[in-house]
Order: sequence, then structure tokens, then C-alpha cells
Amino acid sequence: MGNKHTVFTHEQLEAYQDCTFFTRKEIMRLYYRYQDLAPQLVPLDYTSCPDVKVPYELIGTMPELKDNPFRQRIAQVFSEDGDGHMTLDNFLDMFSVMSEMAPRDLKAYYAFKIYDFNNDDYICAWDLEQTVTKLTRGELNAEEVSLVCEKVLDEADGDHDGRLSLEDFQNMILRAPDFLSTFHIRI
Amino acid sequence: MAQPPVFVLSVPETPDDPEGQEPSPYDESEVHDSFYQLIQEQSRWAAEEGLELQQREPGPGALGALGDDHQALLGPEGVPVHSMATLRILASMPSRTIGRSRGAILSQLYNRTVRLRRRAARRPQLRDVGRSARPSLRLYDLELDPLVLEEEEKRVLLVKELQGLTVAQRDHVLRGMPLSLAEKRCLREESRTPRGKRRARQGGRGLPSCCSQLQDSCVLALHNLGLVLLSGLQALKPWRYALKRIGGQFGSSVLSYFLFLKTLLAFNALLLLPLLAFIVGVQAAFPPAPPASVPAFTGLELLTGGGRFAHTVLYYGYYSNATLSQPCASPPDGGQCPPEAGGLPYNMPLAYLFTVGVAFFITCITLVYSMSRSFGESYRVGSTSGVHAISVFCSWDYKVTQKWASRLQHDNIRTQLKELLAVWQLRRGPRSMCWRLRRVAVLGLVWLLCLGITLGCTVAVYSFSELMIKSPGSTEREGALLALPLVVCLLNLGAPYLYRGLAALERHDSPVLEVYVAICRNLILKMVTLGILCYHWLGRRVGTLRDQCWENFVGQELYRLMVMDFLFTLLDTLFGELVWRLISERTLKRRGKPEFDIAGNVLELIYGQTLTWLGVLFSPLLPAMQIIKLLLLFYVKKTSLMANCQAPRRPWKASHMSTVFISLLCFPSFLGAAIFLCYAVWQVKPSSICGPFRTLDTMYEAGKVWVRHLERAGPRVSWLPWIHRYLLENTFPIYLVSALLLAVIYLNIQVVKGQRKVICLLKEQISNEGEDKIFLINKLQSVYERKERSRVGRTEAAVMPPALFTDDGDTW
Repeated sequence: MGNKHTVFTHEQLEAYQDCTFFTRKEIMRLYYRYQDLAPQLVPLDYTSCPDVKVPYELIGTMPELKDNPFRQRIAQVFSEDGDGHMTLDNFLDMFSVMSEMAPRDLKAYYAFKIYDFNNDDYICAWDLEQTVTKLTRGELNAEEVSLVCEKVLDEADGDHDGRLSLEDFQNMILRAPDFLSTFHIRI
Repeated sequence: MAQPPVFVLSVPETPDDPEGQEPSPYDESEVHDSFYQLIQEQSRWAAEEGLELQQREPGPGALGALGDDHQALLGPEGVPVHSMATLRILASMPSRTIGRSRGAILSQLYNRTVRLRRRAARRPQLRDVGRSARPSLRLYDLELDPLVLEEEEKRVLLVKELQGLTVAQRDHVLRGMPLSLAEKRCLREESRTPRGKRRARQGGRGLPSCCSQLQDSCVLALHNLGLVLLSGLQALKPWRYALKRIGGQFGSSVLSYFLFLKTLLAFNALLLLPLLAFIVGVQAAFPPAPPASVPAFTGLELLTGGGRFAHTVLYYGYYSNATLSQPCASPPDGGQCPPEAGGLPYNMPLAYLFTVGVAFFITCITLVYSMSRSFGESYRVGSTSGVHAISVFCSWDYKVTQKWASRLQHDNIRTQLKELLAVWQLRRGPRSMCWRLRRVAVLGLVWLLCLGITLGCTVAVYSFSELMIKSPGSTEREGALLALPLVVCLLNLGAPYLYRGLAALERHDSPVLEVYVAICRNLILKMVTLGILCYHWLGRRVGTLRDQCWENFVGQELYRLMVMDFLFTLLDTLFGELVWRLISERTLKRRGKPEFDIAGNVLELIYGQTLTWLGVLFSPLLPAMQIIKLLLLFYVKKTSLMANCQAPRRPWKASHMSTVFISLLCFPSFLGAAIFLCYAVWQVKPSSICGPFRTLDTMYEAGKVWVRHLERAGPRVSWLPWIHRYLLENTFPIYLVSALLLAVIYLNIQVVKGQRKVICLLKEQISNEGEDKIFLINKLQSVYERKERSRVGRTEAAVMPPALFTDDGDTW
């Protein structure tokens, strides 16, 4: 294991510390987790800012993510090109937002992006159906799924245009105090 | 009030030429060069990526029909499909481009900037088009790419804003921005460099530049110190990996129990520190004369707390009632030794009283603060509505990492959704009066039975305690002293099972209500039992132990209660979880493991903590024992959980329940202990042969003695006795402060009521705006439809007139 001084420069560690919710030790721990995913691919020296992406297939095998039905969406939202392949910056960003110190608004924003399957900045009924299907592993029949989606839109859609905008979603999250404790990955 | 502006939609019915005066983006292409390319891109995107207002994800069939924009078609399932022109207008609505939160806009803009810089092949999406998509508002610009300029401006503005903040504020803002990490680092770099500019700006205001440099370096040093402290604290955080495993296997609900345990550990450590520093440590350095006979150490002391332990720092009786000074030849009792020149006299009674008081006060403030913070996070106006949305979006626990645990979560969520749907369908059915009456009768009966059981337990404890007083020789034999704690613990163990059995008759609709009712009943039982015991100690034992050290006795009783409680918790874990699992697997052949009873276990913790708080005055080291007990309990519960239990099947609102637990810790538990303490300090005569208050009428008199001593000391400290006489002894300031507090609370309630009304009004307004929007879109759509139809009609008439005439001829 390399000394932290040879992996990152002092400036880089300071920057990471100021821009994420992690301390130095946690950043180093996360770096080693990232490196363990693809030891041949990830260099041991990040002082020259290499442009290395770990493919989604390896990210999806992490124990924190492998049983999560939304792991593909999470990786897509946090990756740079939306394809799920993540650089170290994306990796740190993902766990920083999912850590327990991230504020509610930030988590709500990323949760909205995760549940927006077709990336059109609205959670429409199709997105909701996808979400419910993934949550229940397809064990609810179609009628029940559409009923649930209808109820959700009734409850959360403020301007009655048939889909949830970011404000509607944030409004709904404000009324759910459990959101902070469930939208949280410990690493 | 101003007149609302009148909008008149003036659209010519049959335009004479295609390039008429309609405000269509088509025509803009000839006026503004810069938007032509944009519009081409928009139409290409809209054609390829699908429609916006369609309800379902469009299949390939619908897309093929929209390659050209001749007429409005009906898409699959009869959903009206809008024409290209309408879509273009819709795409440039303010809500698509501006109406979102600032963070979203910035992130979109900056992601686009990054992508543009890298010359990515990806086509910019519709949502990334900034204000420039509204042709009528954008001034024609000579720049090649107005989008980049717009974003550059925004970025520069943002960087300037960041420079104006302090380092800590800037970090706080950066961390909370929904931008990618690389962008945040760039922003941070840019906002850090021009330190000279800031200095120059401040120099212009008259401040010397060296002063601001010093300020900057101080702030930076403090910031780094804060980071070092934070990382140190996090290293001290125990059980990080254990908590992660528990959360991963059982979810947030079971984790809340262990987090509550950790909170209690912190409270006890906070309580113990001043006691150790100011009472126990000092007295241990100045031990009093040892008593005549010291009994030998037998193992029973660990259970009873008496015997060898009776004359140690553990109990109140050990503490001296005089002013301690540096040791000299004769024992420092009664002030026979002249005070040394450098020795600082330490008034032990005053220190005892003040330290216990201050420790309780700090605990109170910390409890109220954490309770109010927890309450603020978990209760919201209108939080009971929206249960479906919350189940869909907030019920998946991202902490869960095991396959079988995640399978369990899927099952739980499915069950929960099915139950919600069933409840919604059931609610439609009428509830008969007979059914309701029956229900009320059953509930009333069950409550009566439970209260009867509580009364029975209370009477049992009371009569047993009277029996202990009356039976001779009970205080001499150490083993017999364990009888009362044993009885209390047995009742505390057995009654909850009876309650659970009775609750099966009730069959509540909502599982949360079941949990609340169970907590309520258990809490009533425990508090009433403790109340009886407190009366027994302060009311009866003080009388019967007149010539002995009754405080030591009370301290020992509490020690015994704590130890018995711990032993019974271990027994309950063993039999309730391990043996039950073995029985249910082997004999009853059921595959499910027993559920971890979160509410019951948390109440046990609260009970144990109440015992600690009750006993602090009489046994200052009791918090240390509680800390050891909590540490052992953590490992025992964790092992038993991993081996024997499963997560609760019902949905558990972890954050609501955490608030309930900490409120229970504050209100019946801490408040009761504080009342007990106040009564003991103010009203009860301390025993005359032991302890720091042996010569006084009440413990509080130690403070009064000191104030009188200060009065005699001279005019320099006369403000302190003045405060004591007019603010503490006088009741008027207390009434005034209470009245002020009540007024503040009332004002806050009114403010909240007003905010609720405002929220209702705003919701209505949003709904109305939504209806307006749909109305306008439909109107727009009908206008374009008419235009298209008339244009198609004209072209057909122009192109194929002969066919029409022959048709006419044929039909005739």
C-alpha cells in the first residue's frame, strides 16, 4: 500500500477534502476501495491526474451496490458520460452524496435524477412504473403497479400535469423524514 | 389592485402567404441567424428522442409517423400528440429553462460547458439550451456561440460570489452544490487565487492589508484545526464497522436501537466527566479515616453493592463534609490543621452539590437540544399525506448489502404497497355502527385489563417493600437485600409478555399505532414501579434508617436494581431470542426467526438510564457502571441479533421513532429523575453520621451557608448574595421567566398556523397554474392544427384540382 503522499499531492487531498464530505483518511480509504475494483487499471499514483475509468460491470459488483435494484441508475447518474463508467472523481462524488453528512436538498436532487429513467428532467408515469417494478422485483401485477403510480401522481403532482418536476419531488421529500436515513450508503 | 393584463390571441385564420406574420419559430430562422442552427438541432432532437407530453415511452411506431410535421396525429391509445411547432414552443417554456432550482441550472450549464470544452460528440440536449431559446427576448449577439458566452458569464458570477465568502462558507456552499467533483475543484481553484484582488478591495475601504492577511491566515489555521479535530473525533467513533454490518443486514430500523445505545453512552460519558473531576478524584486524593472494621471481599458485593464496597468512593457516605486542604500531620477533618500557604481549600459539600447540579443541567440542555433537533427533522406540516409517494421513493434502504436482506426488503415493500392499496380499497366500504361499537368495547376491555395488570404489579411491589421494612434482620443479611430488585425485575420482564398477548386481541389497522400503544403500556408500568420505589426510599426508608446512613442504602438499592436489570436483560436475550429460535425451528418447524423487538429493547435502555439518573446523587460512580453495562449490552445484543433474529416485517419509521425515543428519554425519564433529585436536595434531611451534608438540615443549605459566608466576606462579592436573595430565593423572577417562555411558545404556535395557511394557498396556486398551462397548451395546439389543416387544404387544392373534379364528376 502506498503512502498517501505518493498517491495524491497535498493540494489534491485538500481539494477533495473541501469539496466532499470526507476527511483525508476516508478519501484514502475510498481510493483503495476504488483501486481494489480494478487493480490493473487504476494507477497507484494520481498526482498527474490520469484519466482512468472503471467500467460499470466492476462498479456493480461492489458489495454496497450489488443488491441494490437501482445500481445501474446510480452509476449512470454519477458517471461523466451517463454510461456508468466512473472515474475516481465520480466515485468520490457518489459516495459523498450518499454519505450521512450530505444535506437533504443535495440528496433529493440526485435521487430525482436516479428515478428519472428517461433523463427528461421529469418523473413521468413510465419512470414511476419502472421504479415500482424494480422495487418489487416484478411481483406486483400490472394493474396494481398502475394503481400505485396513479396514487403517487395524485399525491405528489402539484400542478397536475401528469408528471413530477424537481420541485414536486423536493416537496414530497420534505414531508418524508426517513429519506435521509434510507438514502444513505455506508462505506 | 392592478388590472390584470388582457391577452388577445390574434391569429389570422387563413394566411395569404406562407411567410406570414405568425409568431412561429420557423420564421425566426430568417431574422436571427444564430437560432437557425438551434432550431434545426431542436427539431432533430425532438424527432429522434420522442415526445414530451406523451404519457408513455413512445414506441418506434409513433416516432415514424412524426418525421414530418404536417398534421396532428393520434398516438397510441388515443393520447393526443402535439405537432412539431407546438413542441418547439413548449420546449422553450420558462419552466423548462428557468423554473428549476439554481443548483440544477448551474449544474446543467456547467456540465454543458465541460462537454463543450471537450468537444464531445454528443448533441446538446434540449434542456441544456439556455435562455437563448426564447427568440423574442434574446438580443442578437455577434459572438459565434452565444451559449458558451452565457455560461461563461454565469460561471464568472458564481466565482465572484464564492470569493466573497469566508473559507468555511465557501466549502459549505461547494459541498452542497449539485455539480460534479471535477467542476467543484475548478471552482474552488478559481475562487482561491485572486487573494490580491480581495486585499486591494479591502485596502480601498481603509483597512490595512496586513490585517486582512492576518485574518485570512487565522481563519485558515482555525479551519485546519477544525478538520484535524473532526478527523480525530471520527477515529474515536467506535463500532463503525459493526454498525455498518448491522445496517447492511437488518436495515435502518434495527440500526436505530444501536444508535440510541451509542447516544446513551455519550450522555453517560458527559455526566461522568464532571463527577470524576470534581468529586470522585478529589475525594480519592484525600481519603477519610477508614472505619473500624472493613469486611472481607466476598463475591456477593458485586451483586449487592454493600459489604466491602460500602466504604468506598462508590457511595455518598464516603465523602467528607469539611473543607479539604493539603495533607498535613493530623488528619484533615474538622479543620484542625492550619491551611498551608500554597494549598487551595476545597469545600467538599459545596462541590458535591454544585457538581451534581451542573452535571444535571448540562445533561438537561443536551437532551432538550437533541430532542428539538430530532423533532425538527422528523415532523413536517402535512407529513401524514403522501404515504404512497413516500413508500415508493423513500422506503428502499440503500444501506442493505446482503442478498437475503435485500430480498426481505423487496418482500416488505411489496407487502406494504399491497396493504396500502387494500386499505384504500377498504376505505370505500361502509363501516357499520355495530362494528364500531364492538371495536370500542374490545379496545376498552384490553386497556382495562392492561391497567389492571399494572395496578397488580404496583400493589405487589408496594406490599413487598413494606414487607422488607417490617421483617427484622433484612438489612443485615446481604443476600436478602436482593429480594426487592428481583421482584421488580421479574414483574418488568413478565408484564410486557402479558401485554403483548392481550394486544393480539386488539388487531389494530396500522402497525405504527400498535407499537405506540405497546410502548405506552410498558412505559406506564415502569414509571409507576419506579415511583413506588422512590416513595419507598425517600418516604419510608429515611424514617426507618434514622440513625444509619440512609443515602448509602438508597445508593446500594439503585446499584442492585441496575445489576439485576442487566442480568435479567441477558436472560431475556438468551431465552427470548436464542431458545425461542431453537424451539421454533425444531419443534414448531417454522422457518422464520424471531423478530427483533425494537420498542421493548429501547424501553429497557431508557429504564436503565432512569435508574442511573436517579442514583447519581447517592452514588457518583453509577454512570461509570452504566457505561460498562452499555458496552457489554452492545456486544451481547449484536451477537444475539446476528445469530437469532430477523428484521421486523412491518414498516418502521426510523426517524419518527428516534424522535419518540429521545422524547421519552427527556420527559418521563429525565424529568422524573430531576424531580426526585430536587425533592431529595430540598426537602429531605440528610443523615447525620455520613456524607458531605451531615450537619445540615437539607442538602441545599450547603449553598446557603456558602452565600452567608460570602456576605460576611466583604463588599467586593456582594453581588453574588444579592443574586441569590433576589433571583433565586424570590419567586417573582421565576414567574416572570415562565410567563415570557409561555408567550414565546404561543407566538411560535401562531406563526406555524399562519405558515400552514400560506402552504395551502400556495398549493392551490400551483394547481391553478398547472390548469392554466394545460389550457394554453391545448389552445396553442388547436391554433396550429387549424393552421396546418388550412395549409394542407390549400396545397392539396393547388396540386390536385383535376382529381377533385373527376371525383365530383364520378359521384354525380
